[in-house]
Amino acid sequence: MAVSVNEAVSTGPVRDHPPGARRLGGRSRSILEVALLAVLAVVMLFPVLWMIETSIKENRDVYAIPAKFVDFQVTSEHFKDVFVASGGGRSALSVSFLNSVLVAGVSTVLATVLGVPAAWAYSRFAVKAKKDQLFFILSTRFMPPVVVVVPIFLMYRQVGLIDTKLGLILIYAAFNLPFTIWMMKGFVDEVPAEYEDAAMLDGYTRLQAFWRFTLPLLVPGIAATAVFALIFSWNEFVFAIFLTSSDNVRTAPPAIAGLIGGTTVDWGLVAAASVVCALPVFVFAYLVRKHLVAGVTLGAVRR
Amino acid sequence: MGTVAVHGLCKSFGKVQALDGVTLDVPDGSFFVVLGPSGAGKTTTLRAIAGLEKLDAGSVHLDGRDATGDAPAARDLAMVFQSYALYPRHTAYENIASPLRARGCSSSEIAAAVEQMSSLLHIERLLQRRPAQLSGGEMQRVALARALVRRPRAFLMDEPLTNLDLKLRVEMRTELTRIHRSFGATFVYVTNDQVEALSMADQVAVLREGKVQQVGTPTEVYERPANQWVAGFVGSPPISLLACHAEGDRLVGTEGWTLPRPRWTTAEDGRPLLLGLRAEDLSVEQRGNASLSGELYGLEPLGDRTVVDVRVGTEILKVKARPTVTGTPGERLLVTVDLDRAHLFDAGTGVSLSEAGR
Ligand SMILES: Nc1ncnc2c1ncn2[C@@H]1O[C@H](COP(=O)(O)OP(=O)(O)OP(=O)(O)O)[C@@H](O)[C@H]1O
Ligand SMILES: [Mg+2]
Repeated sequence: MAVSVNEAVSTGPVRDHPPGARRLGGRSRSILEVALLAVLAVVMLFPVLWMIETSIKENRDVYAIPAKFVDFQVTSEHFKDVFVASGGGRSALSVSFLNSVLVAGVSTVLATVLGVPAAWAYSRFAVKAKKDQLFFILSTRFMPPVVVVVPIFLMYRQVGLIDTKLGLILIYAAFNLPFTIWMMKGFVDEVPAEYEDAAMLDGYTRLQAFWRFTLPLLVPGIAATAVFALIFSWNEFVFAIFLTSSDNVRTAPPAIAGLIGGTTVDWGLVAAASVVCALPVFVFAYLVRKHLVAGVTLGAVRR
Repeated sequence: MGTVAVHGLCKSFGKVQALDGVTLDVPDGSFFVVLGPSGAGKTTTLRAIAGLEKLDAGSVHLDGRDATGDAPAARDLAMVFQSYALYPRHTAYENIASPLRARGCSSSEIAAAVEQMSSLLHIERLLQRRPAQLSGGEMQRVALARALVRRPRAFLMDEPLTNLDLKLRVEMRTELTRIHRSFGATFVYVTNDQVEALSMADQVAVLREGKVQQVGTPTEVYERPANQWVAGFVGSPPISLLACHAEGDRLVGTEGWTLPRPRWTTAEDGRPLLLGLRAEDLSVEQRGNASLSGELYGLEPLGDRTVVDVRVGTEILKVKARPTVTGTPGERLLVTVDLDRAHLFDAGTGVSLSEAGR
């Protein structure tokens, strides 16, 4: 189960260059590599850096032309504004962050709790037209959210789920479920069914056998899958902006987007809110990075 | 009590017919060996008995009661898996304890039982290790211990000794036979090793391509194989088969030799036959009047004996001889045949024709 990257990626035979040629080839290649990576890193990281800088700049430095990259006044005002309303008390943004935590967390738990047993069942049992069913499950992810958002809006209005956290939780869980089933089926396939067979002969029921012997082996896979689901729900924008409107229901992405518009835009606040929004994703990905790599390579390399 | 009876088991995996009407009757307390080559359906048979395989047809009776639809846990069986199936996150101790934990035994009972089993199988030193830290043979013994720690209705063992070295295997064979006797329990034991089957079994069922070829005691299977295939599979070196037909009071070989027709054959003249001769029923010494002439093809010294390959026409006879025998390839030889112990098979169907007359 715990396949390290080194095991998963075979390095292949070592070529036998004469030492001089190898060093030369190695150096010129690495220079090119470093240059390309540097360009890529600048392109990718500059917006992030800019966001972080803006979030801690005094307002007049934010609007300074030419832009100040280093010699600006540092302030924590913007971060305070993210959480505390101008008149004191809780800000609308901080409520939206709490909403995001709730919606992303619960929808991820829901998708995991439903998806893991489903994946187990698809892996272990002879299900009629299994391939077709699995393809159907995956196909629900083919369509971009924008395409289905209008019908879902109409359905939600009928059943009274518009502008509710429950509505968002359900739609995110529904979107994450196929992904969870597919990811987890790969992980379950890796665990020999004979552990469960042995457990059943020991005297456990099938469900106990799954719970006690297979599930613990799936934890890394579940962690990787749940992080992906969590990040999807946390970042989701389209459904959130269409299906919710009031401040006490809104999640962070539409709330931050809502700061832009109006006559003046408080870019410092936007940047600070964005930093706060991005932080959990960074932290989570960092915490489970080992599992993530194992999970992703397992899912990708096998078969 | 512990009788296991399966009737008409059928199971196919896609196009592969793994079991094709397997019927077995395992008496209480017997050491019942299922013998067959790789892919014969031995594992599938055991899994069917254990309730791990959904059957296409057939029934499983345990202690006379129909258990075909019962859950594995309800069948009260223990199994040693061919792949061991030891829980990877548990220590050897926890693996062995698992059947007792599942059935709610107290920790002191468990500790006592595990200790007893581990000393019996010489794995006391290994109890705190995980399966990944064990060698194949050690894992196999832990798997055996996990099965033997409880007294179920019957034990199912899927090639439990194949990964042990020869010395340990012979030791464990004796040990298992002893355990079987002292437990008085029913063992259904799967192997592809005929020596294991013949030395341990009360009864042997020979399985091939999902069909039972013959059921009988080891002696019956060896001395009176039901067909040409069983004769060829059981016995080492393998039985030699010579194409021939009966002609009056003689057997005439396709390669031109003649032998007196055994008294017990009832085969009509001219019907294509196969004469089966085991190495120990042949001799390169002049002993009787029934003999075949051939040339020395090769010598296989095996320590306690030498197997002499004798070429008769295009066919090879394997002859058991004293270890001191010598000769040069190409040398003419007379092979004496003990016709009373020979076998005749129908060349078309392979069915034994020896039984009727004997
Ligand atoms: N889960 C399965 N899916 C597909 N085919 C299977 C499966 N299990 C067994 N088979 C096939 O059924 C046949 C019998 O398999 P089985 O495992 O019972 O053989 P065996 O006698 O135990 O062989 P071995 O001595 O190699 O263990 C084989 O041809 C095998 O390929
Ligand atoms: Mg097998």
